[in-house]
Amino acid sequence: MVGILALQGDVAEHAACMSRLGGAVREVRTPRDCDGIDGLILPGGESTAMRRLIASAGLREPVRGLLAQGMPVWGTCAGVVLLAEDGVWPCPGLKVERNAYGPQPFSSVVRAETGLHEVETELVFIRAPRILEAPAGARVLCRAGGDITALRWEAVLLTTFHPELVEQSPFPGHFLDMVRSRAGIRSSSCRGPSAACRPGS
Amino acid sequence: MHEVKDKERGLVNRGLARMLKGGVIMDVTTPEQARIAEESGAVAVMALERIPADIRQLGGVARMSDPGVIRAIQQAVSIPVMAKVRIGHFVEARVLEALHVDYIDESEVLTPADEEHHIDKRQFRVPFVCGCRDLGEAARRIAEGASMIRTKGEAGTGNVVEAVRHMRVLMRQIRELCSLRADEAAAFARQIGAPLDVLLEIRELGALPVVNFAAGGIATPADAALMMQLGADGVFVGSGIFKSADPARRARAVVEAVAHCDDPAWVARVSEDLGEAMPGLEVRTLQEAQRLAGRGW
Repeated sequence: MVGILALQGDVAEHAACMSRLGGAVREVRTPRDCDGIDGLILPGGESTAMRRLIASAGLREPVRGLLAQGMPVWGTCAGVVLLAEDGVWPCPGLKVERNAYGPQPFSSVVRAETGLHEVETELVFIRAPRILEAPAGARVLCRAGGDITALRWEAVLLTTFHPELVEQSPFPGHFLDMVRSRAGIRSSSCRGPSAACRPGS
Repeated sequence: MHEVKDKERGLVNRGLARMLKGGVIMDVTTPEQARIAEESGAVAVMALERIPADIRQLGGVARMSDPGVIRAIQQAVSIPVMAKVRIGHFVEARVLEALHVDYIDESEVLTPADEEHHIDKRQFRVPFVCGCRDLGEAARRIAEGASMIRTKGEAGTGNVVEAVRHMRVLMRQIRELCSLRADEAAAFARQIGAPLDVLLEIRELGALPVVNFAAGGIATPADAALMMQLGADGVFVGSGIFKSADPARRARAVVEAVAHCDDPAWVARVSEDLGEAMPGLEVRTLQEAQRLAGRGW
């Protein structure tokens, strides 16, 4: 089950993207919605608005707990900002500059190769953040114009662009694989029909 | 790596509106108000010299805001800044584009500059949002290049009745279109004065190809949640925030009500002790010339 933080932003686009790939999704608005999710997508949107809404919904602690257990998380655009060192769910060493490329007239679509696929992919940048420093040991998955635009670090996937807005991007499938392998580990660690292994399911 | 030209502009510009979904866009007239809006969780601000309630009271010709006001607001916040131009005034639009605003609202709240032609928005790099009262109007604006739509409502009244009317009409017509056989779409297009190709796209998608916010008369958290439940992707709140007794508190409450629009207990909680809402106007007492929604076609 892939959770999508659904307080604000392009939630429906991410949900449609996961559904196309055969992933089950759940919108996450309250702590209760976190029960039983195997991964979490932080969608595009306005990070300032999301930060406020995360705090008032009481989501900071429950999600922090799940991330500490190694639950996969994928931050797109504003989601990257939420995972920055000074964000809501900080990744150590991740420094991010918000809206680093200027106002909307400077938003753009570029094509670039990624570390996931041989074919070039369309990268849609919308008032995008810039990754200034990556966490130690991060694997850079994509660069554009000299900047890191996608990376993988432990169970964290970051894209400063919007794979959910284009038809063919390797990133949603990559994240779903991360979630499925995590869900597999979780269920295989269950011994018998123990309710404690799958909280909330 | 190379930049992809024109064809993808739509993806980026319609895409920005997608990032605003589930959010509240607030009218502001000063950098201080803009900061209050941002801190309250607004996803964007509309930079104005005067909010609609004051435009209504002042009368006369309402124009694009002083670029100095817009610049000051751009410097005050990190969220997107939108600004309004008069319907058909493509030079005001070029001026705002030169200021690098994030979105232009070709708005009936200002006095129209052209009673026949709207701006050819396809010629611009900056995206546009336009008002509509029904599907025909929405489809015409989309054909002209609007990247986002909002229902008009009746701005500056604090009365949600017209916003509800326009959203219901728009949604009903989309459902009607989707129920038609493909060979019946052309007659429907003629009937509502809409370009057929846009209607066929909407029929295929089962929805507008662009994001649609509600506007015009939203004054309370419950008003905002109502518009969301009627199918809006988000809301514009104009006079409703900064004409109320406690703007920061009301702004936060409206943001919460939009995010949790399907949870009545949540809306109840955030609606407590907000102080006076803006004074409302009964729309039926407005004379034809005072109705802003009738501007544009």
